[in-house]
Amino acid sequence: MIPLVRALPRPVAAPGPAGVIALALVVLLLAGGLADPRFFSPAYLLQQLHTGAFLGVIAIGAMVVILTGHIDLSVPWTLSAAATFSTAFVGAAGEGAQGELGLLVGLAVGAGIGLVNGIGVAYLRLPSMIWTLAVNMVVLGVCVLHAGLYASGSRPSAVMATLGGGWIGSLVPNAVVVWMVLSAAAVFLLRRTVAGRCLYAVGTRESAAWLSGIDTRRVLLGAFVISGLCSAVAGMLLAGYANQAYQRMGDPYLLPGIAAVVLGGTSILGGRGSYGGCVAGVLLITLITSMLSLLQVPEAFKQIAYGGVIILMVGYYSRRAAAERA
Amino acid sequence: MIPALRLLVRHNDRALAAWALLLALLLLFLSIHPRGASGGVLAAWANQGVALAFVAVGQTIVVLTRGIDLSAGAILALCNCAASALVRGDPAEVALGIAAVCLIGAACGALNGLIVVRGRIQPIVATLATGAILSGVALLVRPTPGGSVDDRLADALTGTVGGVVPVSLLLLAVLVAAIWGPVRASLTGRTILAVGSAEPAAYMSGLPVDRAKVAAYALAGLFAAFGGLFLGFQTLSGDPSVGASYTLNSVAAVVLGGTALAGGAGSVAGSIAGALVLRTVGSLIFFTGLDPMAQPLFEGAVLLVAVALGAGRLLRIRNRLEVFR
Repeated sequence: MIPLVRALPRPVAAPGPAGVIALALVVLLLAGGLADPRFFSPAYLLQQLHTGAFLGVIAIGAMVVILTGHIDLSVPWTLSAAATFSTAFVGAAGEGAQGELGLLVGLAVGAGIGLVNGIGVAYLRLPSMIWTLAVNMVVLGVCVLHAGLYASGSRPSAVMATLGGGWIGSLVPNAVVVWMVLSAAAVFLLRRTVAGRCLYAVGTRESAAWLSGIDTRRVLLGAFVISGLCSAVAGMLLAGYANQAYQRMGDPYLLPGIAAVVLGGTSILGGRGSYGGCVAGVLLITLITSMLSLLQVPEAFKQIAYGGVIILMVGYYSRRAAAERA
Repeated sequence: MIPALRLLVRHNDRALAAWALLLALLLLFLSIHPRGASGGVLAAWANQGVALAFVAVGQTIVVLTRGIDLSAGAILALCNCAASALVRGDPAEVALGIAAVCLIGAACGALNGLIVVRGRIQPIVATLATGAILSGVALLVRPTPGGSVDDRLADALTGTVGGVVPVSLLLLAVLVAAIWGPVRASLTGRTILAVGSAEPAAYMSGLPVDRAKVAAYALAGLFAAFGGLFLGFQTLSGDPSVGASYTLNSVAAVVLGGTALAGGAGSVAGSIAGALVLRTVGSLIFFTGLDPMAQPLFEGAVLLVAVALGAGRLLRIRNRLEVFR
């Protein structure tokens, strides 16, 4: 007998990345707060936002590149180079209006490195994973050579120090404001502009995007320049926060930046992902790191927890995507 | 005969170019080395590069399936730490220790493969995560550098045969030929390449796709373990923090050796040349008397130029759409 076909009630959709992470954040905070009341204090939470802001700015750039289906491994030394050269400029030019030109120097360094990355990937069609890695090594070499040749003063300008380390009336860290402003710009770019739609189109299928009349090479170039600029901003904020630029300051930010984007539900293959998830991913990584530090968990278990969270979350997303297709 | 040879050369042009570059660099290295060309110098040169070459061989096998193993360095570090705790004592203990370390490496790799296949997580993300976990485990095994490795065996493996041929190179050649050779010829090996070329087609043809992928990652883990073991023989200790540079350098070696990151085409032999080229460039700069501060820039520039040569492919493209592949 042929079974009757009837409309089944639509299954309740499993929560998406932003929802899951919000849930995880609440659970983490509750569990932490019950174990130690310090976790509930506003001062602690604001401190977390402050630390997270640097990662957040980097994640914006990482997300834009990952949306196109590529990856930018030159983040660590783009960040260090922007910080090094901008603070060296301030050190040489002195404080005041002249010194503030150091901000432009930093941005120019970031945009320049992004341009080189983009030309290699978009026009020479080299694999981004290896090309940006090579660019990273060259920038490292330039920074080392610079540090060896010139014992230049490393000093953040007044604006860098204020934006990186200052607070608005001891309520909101300025770095968080910078992160929020850049986030608003990113949301506008991704959701309200043609360029944003082009990023998704190129990430979904570049050949189709090209046949539809999009100059995919310029889109890729733009994505890498944005990534370079974000790294540069993060570098100058960090230099302002630490009151100096130092070698290897960017190393701890490469993989967490990519992890935040991936945890936020952006597909590493490109073409899919929302910015809200990316913010949630940054918060989750920052909170996990800081809670484990506060509980004095050894570094080894931090690494293990970190990897475990990525596998659990991304595994969940892929099962959810498979269930939706079925 | 000649057409067959020409075909062979055309199919392996990038690997052959890597070997030619290596040969040129090696000759240059031996000619400027202050102690001249001797077996000892050759062995020291080979010992510098063999650990990376092992990791690069494993990385190649994964890249052939269109995957990537970002945990290779972490597996190397973990195996290096395990070796510093297990590979010592009387000969039987040493043998058991080596077997245990190899097993650890292969198990870590198989875990990667299972997460990629069963968890349906993209290789780059999955191995990034397991890389973090495994470097955590390495820190648990050995929180600070130290331990010891059997030094008689280490002396034997880092020396020369008859004062000419470095044992480490022989070891590399024998292990690769004995392990990858038979696998490459088997159904699993053919599937590894087929998956990299066109996974849906391989699946539709009834090839054991999942098995091949898990095998590829397990082999990558095993070769990373060889790298960790050899590093132990070289340094006589274990260090949990050695891994990071090996991961990205192994990918660079694979690309230099002519294997496409898009999978399906390439050779393990090319990657060995790529790894040795990377290490030779480092030693070469050391002996040319270049300003030490300019060394990293020079190394980076060499890698950049070598990678940029890959753009030569664009000259052969007739249809614009091929660009996007």
